[in-house]
Amino acid sequence: MRWIWIDKFLEFRSGQFARAIKNLTLAEEHLHDHFPGYPVMPASLIIEGLAQTGGILVGEAGGFVEKVVLAKIPRAEFFGVACAGDQLVYEVTLTDLRSEGAVVEAKAFLEGELLVDAEIVFAHLDNSRANQIFGPKNFVFTQQLLGVLDLAKAQERAKAAAEADSHAANNGLPQPPTA
Amino acid sequence: MPTQQEILEKVQTTLVDALGVEPEDVQEEATLQGDLGAESIDFLDIVFRLERNFGIKIPRGELFPENVVADPDMIADGKLTAKGVEELKTRMPYADLSSFAENPEVDRIGDLYTVDMLVKYVASKLS
Repeated sequence: MRWIWIDKFLEFRSGQFARAIKNLTLAEEHLHDHFPGYPVMPASLIIEGLAQTGGILVGEAGGFVEKVVLAKIPRAEFFGVACAGDQLVYEVTLTDLRSEGAVVEAKAFLEGELLVDAEIVFAHLDNSRANQIFGPKNFVFTQQLLGVLDLAKAQERAKAAAEADSHAANNGLPQPPTA
Repeated sequence: MPTQQEILEKVQTTLVDALGVEPEDVQEEATLQGDLGAESIDFLDIVFRLERNFGIKIPRGELFPENVVADPDMIADGKLTAKGVEELKTRMPYADLSSFAENPEVDRIGDLYTVDMLVKYVASKLS
C-alpha cells in the first residue's frame, strides 16, 4: 500500500490554501475491515489526508527545505461518515507559519456538507536531529507524495496550453458552426 | 492596555484550548509541564495561540528559551553553575528563579514555566 491519502489537488495557492480530493473505493483493503458489510472511511485516515494536504501546503511555503511533521491535533470534530463510493473534498487554510512550525484550519466536505472540522499543528523538524534519527532521506515529502502536487501542476500547465492554443485558433481561423 | 486580571483570564483560556485542561486547574502558580501536563510540542501551540489571542509577535526562543544548558560551563553534576543560573535569569526575565536558584537541578528548569510567567511575559509585550 502507498501511504498517499489524497488523490488530486484541485486548487493550490502557495502559503495560503489548498483543496484536494480523496475518492473512496472498495479497492482499498481497509474498507473491508472497517467495517465488514459497512465500508466506512476511518476517521484517522481522513485526518491523515487533511494532514497530507496541509503538510504539503506548509512544506511548499518553505520550498520543502524543512521536514514538516504532524505535531498535534488540538481539535477535530466529526459530523458524519463517508463510505465507499464517496468523494471527500479536503480544504486546508494556512493560518500561522513561523520558523518552528505552522498551524492550519482543515475541513473535509462530503457532497458540499461539512464532515470534519479540525485544527492541525505542524512542526519543522530540526534537520540535524532528523538526519541523526532518520538519515538524510526526506521521509516526510517522499517523491510519491509530492507526485500528487506535480500532477496538479502538470494538469494546470496542460490546461493553460490548451486554452492558449484555443485562443490562438479562435483569433486566426474561422470558427466551425456550433450545434 | 488590558489589566493584569484580563491578561490572566485570556492566558487561562489559551491554556485550556491548547492543553485541554479544566479552567479551574489553570492557577497562576501552576507549572505548564508538571501541573498542566504540557509536552514539548505544546509549547509551539501555546506560542501560536498567544500571538493570535493577544496580537503580539513572539520571536523564536524569547518565551521558551532553546538550548539553555548547551554550554558545558553552565552545567555540572546535573545542576546549573552560578554562571548557568545567571544566564537563565537573563534568558527568562519573566520567570521567578528565587526557589530554583537554591537547588538549580537541570530537571527543575521545566518548573519555571508557569502560568504567572506567561502573564508577565504577555504584559511586558503589551506595555
